[in-house]
Amino acid sequence: MLLSGCSLIRSPVLDPQGPVALDERNLLLVSLAIMMIVAIPAIGLTLFFAWRYRSGANRPDYDPEWSRAPALEAAIFLVPAAIIVVLGTLVWVYTHRLDPYKELAAGREPFQVQAVALDWKWLFLYPELGTASVNELSFPADRPVSIEITSDTVMNALMIPALGGQIYAMAGMRTKLNLLANEPGTFDGRNTMYSGDGFPDQHFQAHALTDSEFEAWKAKVKASANALDARAYVALHEKSSANPVSYYSSFEPGLFDLILRKYAPITGPYESKAAEIICRGAA
Amino acid sequence: MFGRLTIDALPFYSWIAEAGAMVVVGGAVVSFLLVTYLKAWKTLWFDWFLSVDHKRIGIMYLVLTLIMFLRGVVEGVMMRAQQAVALNSDGYLPPMHFEQLFSTHGTIMIFFVVMPFLTGLINLIVPQQIGARDVAYPFLNSLSFWLTAAGGALVMVSLVIGQFSRAGWTGYPPYSGLQYSPNEGVDYWIWSLMISGIGTTLSGINFIVTIIRNRCPGMTWMRMPMFTWTAFCASILIAFAFPALTVVAAQLALDRLLGFHFFTNGDGGNMMMYANLIWIWGHPEVYILILPAFGVFSEVVATFSRKRLFGYDYLVYATACIALLSFTVWLHHFFTMGSSANVNAAFGIATMIIAVPTGVKIFDWLFTMYRGRIEFPPAMLFTVGFMVTFVIGGVTGVLLAMPPADYLMHNSVFLVAHFHNMLIPGALFGYLAGMNYWFPKAFGFKLDQKWGVRCFWLLISGFYLAFMPLYVLGFMGMSRRMEHYANPEWQPYLIVAAFGAALILASVACLVIQILVSIRNRDALRDETGDPWNGRTLEWATSSPAAPYNFAVIPEVSDLDAFHSQKMEAKAYQRPQAYEDIVMPKPSVLGIVLGGLGFIIAFAIVWHIWWLAVAGLAGAAACVIYRSCDDDTDFVIPAEEVARIEAAHLERLTPERQHDMRIYQPSAHAAEPVLEGGRS
Repeated sequence: MLLSGCSLIRSPVLDPQGPVALDERNLLLVSLAIMMIVAIPAIGLTLFFAWRYRSGANRPDYDPEWSRAPALEAAIFLVPAAIIVVLGTLVWVYTHRLDPYKELAAGREPFQVQAVALDWKWLFLYPELGTASVNELSFPADRPVSIEITSDTVMNALMIPALGGQIYAMAGMRTKLNLLANEPGTFDGRNTMYSGDGFPDQHFQAHALTDSEFEAWKAKVKASANALDARAYVALHEKSSANPVSYYSSFEPGLFDLILRKYAPITGPYESKAAEIICRGAA
Repeated sequence: MFGRLTIDALPFYSWIAEAGAMVVVGGAVVSFLLVTYLKAWKTLWFDWFLSVDHKRIGIMYLVLTLIMFLRGVVEGVMMRAQQAVALNSDGYLPPMHFEQLFSTHGTIMIFFVVMPFLTGLINLIVPQQIGARDVAYPFLNSLSFWLTAAGGALVMVSLVIGQFSRAGWTGYPPYSGLQYSPNEGVDYWIWSLMISGIGTTLSGINFIVTIIRNRCPGMTWMRMPMFTWTAFCASILIAFAFPALTVVAAQLALDRLLGFHFFTNGDGGNMMMYANLIWIWGHPEVYILILPAFGVFSEVVATFSRKRLFGYDYLVYATACIALLSFTVWLHHFFTMGSSANVNAAFGIATMIIAVPTGVKIFDWLFTMYRGRIEFPPAMLFTVGFMVTFVIGGVTGVLLAMPPADYLMHNSVFLVAHFHNMLIPGALFGYLAGMNYWFPKAFGFKLDQKWGVRCFWLLISGFYLAFMPLYVLGFMGMSRRMEHYANPEWQPYLIVAAFGAALILASVACLVIQILVSIRNRDALRDETGDPWNGRTLEWATSSPAAPYNFAVIPEVSDLDAFHSQKMEAKAYQRPQAYEDIVMPKPSVLGIVLGGLGFIIAFAIVWHIWWLAVAGLAGAAACVIYRSCDDDTDFVIPAEEVARIEAAHLERLTPERQHDMRIYQPSAHAAEPVLEGGRS
């Protein structure tokens, strides 16, 4: 159990590895502390009164008609209300500061990633590099990461708890998540939204890499023999779970937008062969 | 002929499905044989199934609750057992079963345990508490019950024929759409909700009208007992929120049956519309589940503290505030949808505001105990247990209401811990307190206290052991609904949680034993006066169980604690000069018939047996038309019969059985003359 206690301290939420998750955690702990102003008296007084005024005690101050006390009634309304005013202000400020859509200014251009939820794996496209990976996300440690998210299946949610909160992935829609790692490291990420049989295994590792590590990783992916063209994508889209990490040295140009287009309510001719293959789902 | 219903729908594909089916079929057979052995079919049919008496309907709701509760608890324990062992292994439940379990567990606990539990208690008590002889629409009441029972039966049948949904209790599309869930499971879910939802909506309307129209003379709004107030607010929420559920379920059904595209991935469908609609129902639903329990706590805490309720009018306003605000917060269930910071912050703040009236309530109960003389029967233990435990759930709820914190905790087991932390103390403790408190009113004898106390301690310790580890696991990044997992650090916590679940199972065993022991010792536990707890409100003025007409003479009240002040002024139990004939509604076979037809229609649609659905619909229409044309719906209890029943009751009310009201002497005035109280 002691071991487990340590694992709680090191847990991704309590021991965040990036400024977003850190702010989110601090907000959590500060609000928890503020609420204790009401919660502790409420719990303590309940137990205390239950004991002190038990019928066996036969106290001399029994007062069966006592049901009014204006000052007390004002206090039990105003104290919680004041706390909610404070917490509400925190919510307003922090919800804007930690808007997942807001790009993080860390002095450098964010590293762009496009994430696609599939049954039951994550596909990451790197437009800057022209490469793609499945069930592994890598990025340079000292740059913010800006992730565009969609789904080519049911609703999913992308989350890397040590770096920050989650955002839904929905077919035909584009959502965004901005994260930043303080230091190089490896973090667990997963789909948190139940999506079927393969859901428990739909997790991946996110690597924040030093410059030299990142160069090496880029070269490794570029050297991959696999290319994610439209047909390969359709094959990848087939249901599968617990997929190993795989790399693609290239991907179909505009693949992310084609996946979004697949669910757009438009008719008419497809703009390209690739669009037709992806939208109709047949290789 | 049988749509898509084939022999493959029988559960011979896995031992777990076979076991589930055997329990259902076995339970049905045993019940059938038991009723036959007791030669009770005639009584059961004429006196109960056809009854439109709100008290009997209330008891039938409670029986339905108990049956479904046993299944729901067992399902919860099965899931905890699975997660305790499923580290890097499939455990003993394949995904197919685990996914059905979390879907049925949620559906059953919300729609077929807590909902009928509160509807049952409201039925049983509210008319007596407001000094009425029945609800406004007694036949509708019977119909509501049978539609709810039909929904429950549909969930039960899905254990034997085919499978239930695997899409969770909220059934989010597109997963619940035809493309991703083509089998009958989601249809079972939709139609059990749809049919019980109609029953619930009708109940809500019934109680709004009953509470507005049927209050006895002198019972102004601000003299209404708290339980009636909370039942009233919950009924209003039902009437406004349940249509949203019916619409969203109908839209999903249209997607699935007729190829519509409300919520599909492509062709203009939008699953976020579903999320919005279901939570526009779903958040008020949380308060529908909890508000009547707040009412129970208010009654129990005043009665057993032997004191007036502190801050009654604030409790009323707080209840009304919560009811109103509950419609303004639905978006907090999906902060992570990607809406703008302004939207998320607005809904986050709206959610937190609810904590203020809720906090006021907690402190009002607290100060009701202050300077009281508190007794601790099981009902009061549940109340104190609730106050302590619910505060923790409230704190984690406010945390989840902060969008940035919710981004971290959403979809995690922290969320699971939070809502169990609200609903187990907030709803289950409340209705168990209500059951312990009002059982003698329903059956004429009290529940055994020893087993009730055991049930309480096992339930509350089981609760803490089962759900506190889940808060921790939420911090450690564990998502909800995982059939297995790969992180060995989670397992110790999940083993503790499984042990907690076992304690909860033991507490439910105590509950069942409590009922059985009480039935065996019913003569010793008999409530002769109708007022076993020295109660404060009008329901204790009737006999236990109450006569079919509740009150031979409609009472007049002049105080919030109407019956208490009658007793204090020695005006309780007065024999009127004469009794009058009482007109009561006739039993009707149409309630159970329409419920049965509802079941048949729903079952037929689930399996695409279209001719049967059409036939059922035609039959239902015929029944409704017949009932609308039937003017002979009342019967008369003659005055002599009323006089006989009342005389028997008054005879049992010997002075030594009545409560000594001198206990209400404030200690500070002990020197003053002693009150004569209710001794007549």
